[in-house]
Amino acid sequence: MRTVRIGAGQGFYGDSLLPVLDVARYGDVKYISFDTLAELTLAILEKGRRKDPTAGYTRDVVPMMRNLLPIAKEKGIRLITNAGGINPRGAARAVAEVARELGLSLKVACVTGDDIYDRLDELAAQGVTFADRETGQALGDIRDRVLFASVYLGAQVVADALATGADVVITGRTTDTAQFLGPLIHEFGWARDDWDRLAQGIVLGHLMECSGQVTGGNYQVGWEEIPDLHRIGFPIAEVSEDGNFVLTKAPGTGGRVDLKSVKEQFLYEIHDPTTYITPDVICDLTTTRLEQVGENRVRVSGTTGRPAPPTLKALLGYADGWMGEGYISFSWPNAYSKAKRAAEIIRKRLEMHGVQPEEIHEEYIGINSLWGALAPEPVDEDRVNEVRLRIAIRTRNKKDCEILAREFPPLLLSGPPTASAVAGTPQPRELMGLWSTLIPRELIEPYVQIQVEEV
Amino acid sequence: MARRIRLIEICHARSGDKGDASDISLFANDDAAWEIIRKHVTRERVAEYFKPVATGPVERWEVPNVQALKFLVHGALGGGAPRSLRSDNLGKTFAAALLRMEITVEE
Repeated sequence: MRTVRIGAGQGFYGDSLLPVLDVARYGDVKYISFDTLAELTLAILEKGRRKDPTAGYTRDVVPMMRNLLPIAKEKGIRLITNAGGINPRGAARAVAEVARELGLSLKVACVTGDDIYDRLDELAAQGVTFADRETGQALGDIRDRVLFASVYLGAQVVADALATGADVVITGRTTDTAQFLGPLIHEFGWARDDWDRLAQGIVLGHLMECSGQVTGGNYQVGWEEIPDLHRIGFPIAEVSEDGNFVLTKAPGTGGRVDLKSVKEQFLYEIHDPTTYITPDVICDLTTTRLEQVGENRVRVSGTTGRPAPPTLKALLGYADGWMGEGYISFSWPNAYSKAKRAAEIIRKRLEMHGVQPEEIHEEYIGINSLWGALAPEPVDEDRVNEVRLRIAIRTRNKKDCEILAREFPPLLLSGPPTASAVAGTPQPRELMGLWSTLIPRELIEPYVQIQVEEV
Repeated sequence: MARRIRLIEICHARSGDKGDASDISLFANDDAAWEIIRKHVTRERVAEYFKPVATGPVERWEVPNVQALKFLVHGALGGGAPRSLRSDNLGKTFAAALLRMEITVEE
């Protein structure tokens, strides 16, 4: 049976650029796929694009390609990334520019058609309601505050882009799994209704899309024994034509592939395990078999799939006020009590300024900043050597956030004792709401385009 | 005899986000642990535990092929990552919070 090896490059915008070099050099792979877009990422990219219209893609694609392209070219590895974000053409241009600088000949394919920001009114005129996917609530006045709107495209567009012979495929908002299933469809010619093989390909993509999270990173219990995380090996899959595969990593790298690491990623952020919905197939993850078949080798087989849905998911981001914050630390004795007193002072100062936030959030770093009300209170305050207070507010205007931040430094002189490390006045941050909705595929897919640029 | 244990003694876990819901997977370390968590880590028990931080309901699924329970804790992330005021806006540490939950088991 034919097999192909595929590796993972990055699990999010900002992931390390080093592990992918080991995948390329020592992984013996034909494809390297990147998933750079979390839900939050489009919000970050939109803020960037407002400051600079040529931005809107994940900027680290440039240094990444600079290091990776020479190796990929030499070994004939093809690269697939959704680094395009909300500006795939911009990303493709930037990658082509890197190839030019390096003197490499390169074919870059760019997929567009996911961005529906400019089509919202047209789609509404065709009867699309943009009702919230979960609550059914209408978009209403949020329409006027929409900052980006992208549809999740599936693996078929990636396979089509590879069919152009491209060395590098750049997409915008494709699903996390599309970059991984796409090469398998291209390589093995899986049919659009070969649901079980497609489902296996989705599981492969899902296991690999978060890079080190399947090879020993974020390993919840037993993390102390995971070797050499500084040189963690990103996942590599050996895939058979029938869709079954072995998940592994490059020889000589750190981390670990075992049943625990694979299971934790297997169910990560998937919601209903019987119905993992993608544009390509609906997967039943309760049918998958995982077996350890060697050191750092886990075999994955048996996933069943059901027909793909008639709709595609779209994600809209809209402006939703401002967040202001301030920080201050206190030392022993009574560090926690002092920090709580400081919080009271800040709250009263906000009242004196007439600031009425929609929400005030109080956290004590070292005590409860991660778990909130689930964190146990310290039994013996004497054992708490320091506590850092953080107060964050949500307001409709930026000015209120600046007022909050400005009230922290005065506490150094006029608040409880042993205060320090105020860290200036943090800048207000614009908040974004996310709106998830479903759109009939036939209103999106005819608009997908693949442009190829040769350097 | 009944004994109180923390879930971390018999399980591992991982959590992430989707919108305003915290998505938590709880994995049994072995067959015995699987029988225990299936029976004791109910939807109601988890909803009660996360009540101080969640505004919505809890959903629960059993995933027998990997001996795991999947929970969705709605309304736990302060409105969802890009508008949340929480430091842990993605709920990455809620898996550990669940592992700290205690249950009573029969010896």
